[in-house]
Formats: sequence, structure tokens, C-alpha cells
Amino acid sequence: MLAYSLRRLFQSFIVLLVVGLVAFSMFRFVGDPIDSLLGQERTQSDIERLRGELGLDDPFVVQYGAFLGRAVQGDFGLSYRQARPVAEIIAERAPATLELALVSAGFAMFFGVVLGIFTAIRRDGFAANAIMSVSLIGVSLPTFLIGILLIYLFSVELGWLPSFGRGDVVDLGWWTTGFATGSGLKALILPSITLGLYQMTLIMRLVRSEMLEVLRADYIRFARARGIREKSVNFRHALKNTLVPVITVTGLQLGSIIAFAIITETVFQWPGVGLLFINAIQFVDIPVMAAYLMLISVMFVAINLIVDLLYFAIDPRLRADRSGGH
Amino acid sequence: MSEAVLSIRNLTVEIPTRGGILRPVDQINYDINRGEILGIVGESGAGKSMAGNAVIGLLNRPAKITGGEIWLNGTRIDQLEGEDMRRLRGKHIGMVFQDPLTSLNPLLRIGDQLTETMLEHLDISRDKARKRAAAALDEVGIPAAAQRLDSYPHEFSGGMRQRVVIALALCAEPSLIIADEPTTALDVSVQAQIIALLKRLCRDRGTAVMLITHDMGVIAETADRVAVMYAGRLAELGNVRDVVTHPEHPYTDGLMGSTPLASKGLKRLRQISGSMPRLTAMPEGCAFHPRCEFAQDICRAEPRPKLNGGRSACHFPIQQPAEETA
Ligand SMILES: Nc1ncnc2c1ncn2[C@@H]1O[C@H](COP(=O)(O)OP(=O)(O)OP(=O)(O)O)[C@@H](O)[C@H]1O
Ligand SMILES: [Mg+2]
Repeated sequence: MLAYSLRRLFQSFIVLLVVGLVAFSMFRFVGDPIDSLLGQERTQSDIERLRGELGLDDPFVVQYGAFLGRAVQGDFGLSYRQARPVAEIIAERAPATLELALVSAGFAMFFGVVLGIFTAIRRDGFAANAIMSVSLIGVSLPTFLIGILLIYLFSVELGWLPSFGRGDVVDLGWWTTGFATGSGLKALILPSITLGLYQMTLIMRLVRSEMLEVLRADYIRFARARGIREKSVNFRHALKNTLVPVITVTGLQLGSIIAFAIITETVFQWPGVGLLFINAIQFVDIPVMAAYLMLISVMFVAINLIVDLLYFAIDPRLRADRSGGH
Repeated sequence: MSEAVLSIRNLTVEIPTRGGILRPVDQINYDINRGEILGIVGESGAGKSMAGNAVIGLLNRPAKITGGEIWLNGTRIDQLEGEDMRRLRGKHIGMVFQDPLTSLNPLLRIGDQLTETMLEHLDISRDKARKRAAAALDEVGIPAAAQRLDSYPHEFSGGMRQRVVIALALCAEPSLIIADEPTTALDVSVQAQIIALLKRLCRDRGTAVMLITHDMGVIAETADRVAVMYAGRLAELGNVRDVVTHPEHPYTDGLMGSTPLASKGLKRLRQISGSMPRLTAMPEGCAFHPRCEFAQDICRAEPRPKLNGGRSACHFPIQQPAEETA
């Protein structure tokens, strides 16, 4: 277990280094930072002085190392557009994205697992078949289209829910939350569904197929032969075994929710990190782009590690080498 | 009342398919008495498992009982459904499957699987159930039983797992055990131990056993009586000694000839030529006639030979040789 964890940690470290390299290279390939920092009226000595100060004459590896060193401390430099520290801008925007991701992940997990179990247990029922057919639509419609359809139906036609923004938020100093006000909560509904729908369908289909597979296993048959009641067979014996493989995929899906938030945030003008990134691309705001890239990759790597640990927690067979089993 | 724990009368199992109705179990009859071990033999596909599954109410759709009766301790059970049948399983009929590696739920401690079964069927407290679980493991020969309650299935070897499975099948003290090839998946070296264990436990408790196997050697050493199945029908039924030493049905004779038996010395092994007819192409009359060296016209015509209280379903049973002198 320890050796395995160390190996995974090492792999994660390598992944982050590579992403860092990509982020760092963006600075070099997308224009000369001197151009954007110094105006039209610059002298050769100005340029050289700045190059020296910024360390642009140092060897590549040294520059890369310095970049990583600053990144680890949360220093991604100044935004070209807003001339403020990138870390500060992202910290402002992060709560919006994280709250949105949290609610959509909860929505996707809850309904994905519940509907997956339902469609597996009632696999020949009318309702289960109807859900499966509708879910096909959920997988094949692009996110932005779902968002626009929801806006059309619930904002334009019915006027029940807002079509853009976060509603009223409460500022806690280090965090802004939409959970505390009615309009904040209402504003979360449509974007969360839009963002979570695809993941929900995926989780549902996965849970269903895993569960069907497990229900065919010998130990389920043996549990039935021992007279264990159906509820217990489904939810004690089958569900636990179903969740083992589901956890990985679900974990990765949650990671991708934050990445996919870009589209949803754009459709709903949600003031989160994704929208910040889209705007940064329009203005070639490299420091913001680089920081976003690195944050997303850290998130993926962290989720991966957590998923691995969950695996150990749930499946005793994987724990075997720790207990020195047989 | 008779002494029979299980009485099967004209039991028929059918599978509707596009090509017509298949009859994997076709009007079979037998009784198993208290404390008696009835061996069921026959080549692969003869319907042995199907008959066992019919008794415990675990036929896989679309197979279902379409005729005959099953009586357990004087109660008719073939028409029970759902909850009623479930309460019977484990409590009155136990089952042991072929593969101990897949029969146990990998994510549940074996102590939990045992107590779960007992709490389902017996009116005892959780503490009491745990004590009895330890006793049950001890009884099937698991060393340090009380400590092993918290072990997971993967921490046991195959033979030990089959012992756990037997403990599970017997823990609510059923009056009938159906053992479907309980040793086929095990090492030759542990097969004899498992069979001896099963035999001892059932003798001690007076449990009736339906022992399904390919292995005539196991039958000869374990069973009191034996039923020979061929293509879903009963070919021969009698005391093990009689059937083994003087088979009446030519198929049984062939089966004995192709099994090396210590008691018969090392005779040349014969093989029955040809193969069992498929259920989709059952011959008229006796199902065995295409392979039978004694077949006459009457064997190819309806009505097919039946057991009718005798030992074999054959128009020309092999005559008992003149009494051997030792
Ligand atoms: N769903 C099905 N459709 C068609 N035929 C089936 C189906 N299920 C089982 N059968 C047939 O039913 C027959 C009886 O099978 P069964 O499993 O009882 O045989 P068995 O005697 O236990 O054989 P084995 O020794 O291999 O376990 C077989 O010929 C099998 O092909
Ligand atoms: Mg079988």
C-alpha cells in the first residue's frame, strides 16, 4: 500500500511538472512579455534592465525552476489585463466555480446512483426503459444546447429562474457564497443541472451496467439461496460491489465537472474561474491562462489520489498486502 | 407421514425458446429421506443442476416448472412464490455451489455473512448469532474460528472457503442440502476432506442431501442411493451398491465403464460412443437409443420406457449376473 501510494505520488508529481512546463512555455511562444509590459516609448537600456530583473536572460531551466517555485507559493504574476496579482483574481472567482461544481456534482452523483440502481433492479420495467431512452438524449446533446434549452423553458417561457449570474451573494471576506440567499440558490439551479446532466447520465449508465453484472455473480445467487431478503441482496450485497468500479469513474467525472464548467459558465455568464479563463483567452492574458491550467491539473491529480485511497478503503482485497495476508 | 424430507413427483422444467419448448427436466421422480444422501449423476447438460435449482426455487428465467410436484417435509413447495419461497431458502433448504471462490461476497466479512443468514431465519440476538457463527466455523474445521469471523473471503484458501460455504448453508439447520458439484472446483487433495465433512455434518443432524456430481467415485463412497439422469430424464434409481456393481440401464453401465473405480479393479475403460442428444433434437422413445447397443424397435417408439417404481427406465435392463461367489 505504501509503495503503491508513493509510486502514485511520484507519477502525480511528474504530471504536474509537465503541465507546469506547458504553462511556462506559453509565456515564451505567445509574444514577448517585454512588449506587453513596456509601452511604445522604451529604450534599449530599459529593455535590458527589465530582462535582467525578470530573469529572462537566465538559462531555460533556471527560469522554469523559478516559475515553479513562485507557482508553488501561489504567485502566478500579474494579470496583463487587470494588472493585479493573478492569485488574487482567481481567489475572487473560485467560490463561484466551486459552489457550482459542488452542487452539480452532488446532483450528478445522487441522481446518477439512484437512477442507476433503479434501472438495474427494475430492468424490464416500463419506467426503467423510459429513463434509459431519455438518458441517451442526455448524453448526445451538447452542454451549451442543454443550457440554452433550460434557459428558454424556465427563464424565458416560465420565468421561474434567472438566466444568468449568481444572484445575491454573501461576502464572508475570504469567500462569497450564493447558498445564503434565495436568489443565490435559485441562480444555482439551472447552471448546476446543465453542468451535471451529462455526468449524471454517465454515472447512471455505469452504475446500471455494473449492478447488472454484479447481480449475475455467484455470491448474489448464493445470498438468494440462503434466503437473504431481496432488499438486502440489492443494497447490501450488490450495491457495495457495484460501487467499487464506479468510484474511479465518478471521481474523474467530478474532476471534469470543474473543467467543463467553462462552457456552462459562459452560457450562464457565471462569474467563475471558467468565465475568467475564456475572457483571458480573448485578451491573451497569459498569466491567468497559465494559472488556470495549473490549477485544473492539480485538481485532477488530487482527485485521482483521493479516488485511489477510497478504493483501498472500500475493497479489502486491495488492503491485503498491508495486513500481510495470505 | 412418510419419512421423506423431499419428494419429487413427475417434476418437469421447461424453457420456451423461439425454436420450441425445451424440456431440460422431464418427469423425474425421487424421494430423499432424513439423513440420506442421494447422489445425482449424469453427463454435462443432463439437467442435474436444473432439477436442483427447481427445488430451491432459483430457476433462471425463462426456465420454469411446468409440471409435477415438489414436497418438502409434507408441504407442497413448487407453487410457492416470492417471499414464501425466500423464507424457505436457507431455513429449510440449504445450497452449496460449485465454486467457493465466487460463492462468497468479497466485500463482506465471513462473520457478517453468517450472522446475516442466521438473523434472517432464526429468532436470536446479534450476540448469540455471532457466538453461533464462531461455533459453525469451528464445526466445519476452520482453525481459530472465533478470530476468523472478521476475515474476508480472500484471506482463505479454496478448500477453506468451501468449508465456510458449507457452514453458511447449514447455519440455519435446514432439513435438506443441495450440493451442486461441491468439489469440482477444488484441488484433488481437498476434495475428499470436503466430501467427508459434508457427509459427517449431515449424518449428525439427519439432514437429507442431494449430491450432484460427475464423479461416480464420490457417489460410490458417499451416497446411499443414486439417481442417474440422461437428457433430462431419470435413467436409473437405486441403492449405490446395486447400481455400481450391477447397473441395469445400458447408459449407467456405460457410465460405470468410463469411470475408474477402485472397487472394480483396473479394468479397461470403455467409452459410450456418440453424445447426448441436444434438447432441441430429442429422439422419439428412449432418449438413449441412438447410442445403445441393445436398442430394438420398441425403444425407438413411444411411449418411452419409465421407471414405474422399478430401478431402470429401460425395456431391456441388463440382467443381473448369477450371484458372484467370493
Ligand atoms: N436459457 C437456456 N436456454 C436453452 N437451454 C438451456 C438454458 N439454460 C439451460 N439450458 C439447457 O438445459 C440443460 C440442463 O442444464 P443443467 O445445467 O441442468 O445441466 P447439468 O446436468 O447441471 O450439467 P453440468 O454437469 O454441466 O453442470 C442443458 O442442456 C442446457 O443446455
Ligand atoms: Mg450443473
